Amino acid sequence: MSAELALLGPILAAMLAAATPLLFAALGELVVEKSGVLNLGVEGMMLVGAVCGFAVAVQTGSSTAGFVAGAAAGAGMAALFGVLTLLLLANQVATGLALTLFGVGLSALIGQGFVGIPIADVPELYIPGLTDLPVIGKALFGQDALVYLALAAVPAVHWFLYATRKGLILRAVGENHAAAHALGYKVIRIRFLAVLFGGAMSGMAGAYLSLDYTPMWAEGISAGRGWIALALVVFATWKPGRVLLGAWLFGGVTIAQLHVQGLGIDIPSQLLSMLPYLATVIVLVVISRDVARIRLNAPASLGKVFHPDA
Amino acid sequence: MTLLRLEPRGEASRAMVYATPLLAVALTLASGFLLFWAMGFDPVKALHAFFIAPLLSLRGLGELAVKATPLVLCAIGLAIGFRANVWNIGAEGQLTLGAITGGGLALAFYGEGGWWLLPLMIVAGMAGGALWAAIPAFLRVRFNASEILTSLMLNYVALHLLNYLMHGPYRDPDGFAFPESRLFEADAVLPLLVAGTRVHLGSLFALLAVAAGWFLMARTFIGFQIKVIGLTPTAAGYAGFNQKKIIWLTLLLSGALAGLAGLGEVAGPIGQMNPTISPGYGYTAIIVAFLGRLHPVGILLAGFLMALSFIGGEAAQIALGLPKAITGVFQGMLLFFLLATDVLIRYRVRFGAKGAAGSGVGRAAA
Repeated sequence: MSAELALLGPILAAMLAAATPLLFAALGELVVEKSGVLNLGVEGMMLVGAVCGFAVAVQTGSSTAGFVAGAAAGAGMAALFGVLTLLLLANQVATGLALTLFGVGLSALIGQGFVGIPIADVPELYIPGLTDLPVIGKALFGQDALVYLALAAVPAVHWFLYATRKGLILRAVGENHAAAHALGYKVIRIRFLAVLFGGAMSGMAGAYLSLDYTPMWAEGISAGRGWIALALVVFATWKPGRVLLGAWLFGGVTIAQLHVQGLGIDIPSQLLSMLPYLATVIVLVVISRDVARIRLNAPASLGKVFHPDA
Repeated sequence: MTLLRLEPRGEASRAMVYATPLLAVALTLASGFLLFWAMGFDPVKALHAFFIAPLLSLRGLGELAVKATPLVLCAIGLAIGFRANVWNIGAEGQLTLGAITGGGLALAFYGEGGWWLLPLMIVAGMAGGALWAAIPAFLRVRFNASEILTSLMLNYVALHLLNYLMHGPYRDPDGFAFPESRLFEADAVLPLLVAGTRVHLGSLFALLAVAAGWFLMARTFIGFQIKVIGLTPTAAGYAGFNQKKIIWLTLLLSGALAGLAGLGEVAGPIGQMNPTISPGYGYTAIIVAFLGRLHPVGILLAGFLMALSFIGGEAAQIALGLPKAITGVFQGMLLFFLLATDVLIRYRVRFGAKGAAGSGVGRAAA
């Protein structure tokens, strides 16, 4: 086997791992936006999920408990957003920004005692024979549970949105909240549940970063991934399957950036670090320029305030 | 659900517009009290160290003005954009670019400067910030790409660019590989305004920006267009207002002001280029803009309050060993409380079921 091919296996595996937090966060936000709510606080929820997950995993010694705690913390942050935007009718853009700013501060505060603490690695799947396959073995059969969970979430979210009655109601609320309300659906309750789900998914994404991907706690560990996840939802034109495509694309860019130097191409590392962010901008531009397509796919009530009496 | 109800007011309450920021500050202080107590600190002592002690000396007051300067400069520009529903959240990156371009001149003409260098740096700083903001403006106008996401992404790009420069071209040749530049020479540093403090010319620029921002919004046709576009885009369309022009204008303006803020930092209190120019001024400026009600005078007051949270955080860290991250928590909480209490501007809070007033029967049935 040639050297290039030997390198391909680990790259593929790393790409899938790098895509995982984006997948969690973007799928969660997709459901939120499908219900007509724009939560720009993904980055903040991710950070709080990351630090809470890490703290609980260190205290209990169980990474499973850590992931659950991360999801719970993300949902807790999302509940704050839900109360403000859905019950107190605050501007969703401003509240989402507030959630991120608050999350950055809160996670740094909670995490100050956890910087530099090592944590046990999350065990990876090993199937004799399959995992040892060349090139694809490690990527397909040698990941940890969260990677598979994130992949499973793609068809699950698609099935929920497009094949269940509850999913249909959620989409109806996102398209036209006044009509859904007139039909007797509990717009605020449905949106609140969607927001909580989005928060839990962002929290999971954060916990994956601190428990598994990095694995350690550092201030600002998410490094803009929450924002990239938001861009992914637009890139995917609100379709779960395309989120997967986008997450792999960004996972690929992230990993490529790490490997370019290994291949002997001489570009300063700081400039290479810009790549994922520049790729996000480019991808957004490519998708957004088709105004008709965005208008056709974006939930019609996205970001609009709903008050039953108004 | 029926215990607490929101009833729309006939029209927005003027009183509440002014009252809710104060209410939000009060709620933040109350939460801070509980937070300090929960963390095992004496809450009265901690709040004193945080919010009062820094104000008791001339040096402290000076630092307040120094920290408020970049916040006000950035927030004035952001608020004008927010009024037009142009969500520039890239002030941090635009500030960084202003420092890179303006500060770069100071390094390029090191040892051969003159009276002309500082004005040139100021122009370059503003141009750098405006240029960085021009990217999201172009992408929004030409390709319909959300300026929220593009401007935010460019913050990270700017930070990496600065990092690259500090490890390469901008690094002090005699600096033992530390990622810091040479100290700027005297003709590349903003003059001080008050002896015994670090208050510099940039603070004057911030005051000018407040006045100019007020004039633009309250007294010009452009300001009127900005407000109409923000409130009812359709009406603005019928009136023939050019929305693209307003997107360009608000982004370039806020970029230039943020760039000026960045230049003011490196040519002011920092006095050189380093990789950590801003402790998040560009992000905090978003809070300043909202807390100041998107109004220039309000922003000036809010800028001082947020500056206090920065220096209070540092002071409390030194005096009591409070973690520095508290500053960010306070800032986030303040914005939350403001957004939560803002509901009072357009709604009354009513207790009890709908139509329950004076009708015991209705309540019993519900």
